[in-house]
Amino acid sequence: MALKLTPTRVVAAVVLAGFALLPLYAEIVGNSFVLSLGTRILVMALAAASLNLILGYGGMVSFGHAAYLGVGGYVVGILAYHGVTSAWVQWPIAVGLSAVVALVIGALSLRTRGLYFIMITLAFAQMIHYVGVGLYDYGGDDGLTLNARSDFGGLPNLDSRPQFYYLCFALLLVALYLMYRLVGSRFGQVIRGSKSNDARMHAIGFPTMRYRLAAFVIAGAVCGLAGVLLANQADFISPATMHWTRSGDLIVMVVLGGMGTLMGPVYGALTVLALEESLSSLTHYWKIIFGPFLVLVVLFGRGGIAGLISRWERRK
Amino acid sequence: MILFIEQILNGVQIGLLLFLLAAGLTLVFGIMDLVNLAHGSLYMMGAYFAAVLTKLTGSFFLGALLALPAALLLGIVVEVVALRSLYSRDHLDQVLATFGLILFFNEAAQLVFGVAGMTIPLPEALQGQIQILPGLPYPTYRFVVVAVGLICALFLYWLVARTRVGMLIRAGASNREMVGALGINIARLYTLVFGLGAALAALAGLMAAPITTVRVGMGENILILAFVVIVIGGIGSVRGAFVAAFLVGLLDTVGRAFLPDILTLFINPIQAASLAQGLSSMLIYILMALVLVVRPAGLFPAPGR
Repeated sequence: MALKLTPTRVVAAVVLAGFALLPLYAEIVGNSFVLSLGTRILVMALAAASLNLILGYGGMVSFGHAAYLGVGGYVVGILAYHGVTSAWVQWPIAVGLSAVVALVIGALSLRTRGLYFIMITLAFAQMIHYVGVGLYDYGGDDGLTLNARSDFGGLPNLDSRPQFYYLCFALLLVALYLMYRLVGSRFGQVIRGSKSNDARMHAIGFPTMRYRLAAFVIAGAVCGLAGVLLANQADFISPATMHWTRSGDLIVMVVLGGMGTLMGPVYGALTVLALEESLSSLTHYWKIIFGPFLVLVVLFGRGGIAGLISRWERRK
Repeated sequence: MILFIEQILNGVQIGLLLFLLAAGLTLVFGIMDLVNLAHGSLYMMGAYFAAVLTKLTGSFFLGALLALPAALLLGIVVEVVALRSLYSRDHLDQVLATFGLILFFNEAAQLVFGVAGMTIPLPEALQGQIQILPGLPYPTYRFVVVAVGLICALFLYWLVARTRVGMLIRAGASNREMVGALGINIARLYTLVFGLGAALAALAGLMAAPITTVRVGMGENILILAFVVIVIGGIGSVRGAFVAAFLVGLLDTVGRAFLPDILTLFINPIQAASLAQGLSSMLIYILMALVLVVRPAGLFPAPGR
């Protein structure tokens, strides 16, 4: 198989190689903070990739995707609180519950279109946010500290930063590969087709609602997994994880990176978190720069970072 | 019973504040097809303007009166600088860009007005209480809020249903090309409507300010509520927004006031308080989900969309 070296592929390879080598760099310069930032970027990239499946490929603007981060995180937090730390128990429950929540939300929300869809997904996420606030036994508004990280009973050991990092990296790679296969499959074609013309897809005989719902559930489950990782990374989970601005952050990552592209969410998560880190060291009021930057990206940066690369590719 | 009437009045008051916010939102969406998340920022800026101007002039009335044109001006600037080029974009772009505006306004407010937040002291004339019914005193200020809100609602109704500008607004909502072809300056109409929405949001913000505090992010939660209101009411419909604002306001206050007591019957008071807080905040979202499941375009779908 001869792969042509196009800029899109080169940039993707460079970024992934950079992620693969980051622990080495952290070891050499003795800076372990870089590694926890890297872990956070990988986890958010995973969450953004799941949103990209429905937002980028399916055209479903879910404004409540952070809810699944919370569901996944709270399952880990609550089970750990009761002494159940085995990842083999925690993780399937977390992912499964996220999928069930997504099934319920999707079944009701997908009946609506346009702004109504944006708002009803937001409303459901707010509901789940307030469920978190109402969990008095588990910290309520203040959140819940994890006594112990998920335990695989051997490798990988999440208390080891490099091992945790590589676990997140591996999960992201697997998720990206599955996305790639999924989007190229018949299922993916139907999803993309219903984005551009749902009525026509329906008319040629596809039950698009079922396909869209399936995509919605997959996205929720994957995001729930990201929530599991996020809670483990921070050793903490609180309703703030599910705040609607966090859902906004996820949309920002997807759009900034490039909707409907495989690597877009990774670029987006990388850019947003790196910008946050560098701008916030520059000034406490970093969002005063980031906000207008977003407006400019929307106005002039069609297709996000991945779009920029592929435009450059076509010009050559 | 007394408590119940008092809570109903509180619900009406919140409903009217929500309506002021939702009216601008629903007009802007109905006419320009623009999703404006930054509407809550205008609410916040209205409160900040009023706080600063009250301090400068020494009078709440003067401060409030001056804050309104200031907010109108800010709305016009925002429309001309950032939002005008978003009208033809899809909703996702609009959500994203106005999300960026929220970040900007929040940080700008912190930078200019400080992190601590501000309070607006009430003038003496508004501090007392009125006996509405024997044995039922109600704060004068809250009464004034209800009155001003109702006057604004009537004014909006008059403006939209009875004046030439209102006619253009309604015409622009159903067919903008035709209105433009008939020689109306559409761009100016849009700016005007946006400015009007901004002033209404600011009015809601500055009226809420003496009850709560003026702080960064004060517009965000109520913005989400206002969105719930316009979605329940049917996007683009001012009448729908009015009805839905009352529904949401009443449900929210009544839930908040009575759920803890009801839940205390079953579980211990501290748990009940926490659970009730979560549950009463959820009630309106449950209402919205129910409405959308039964009527996917809201209670009063605006004609022509």
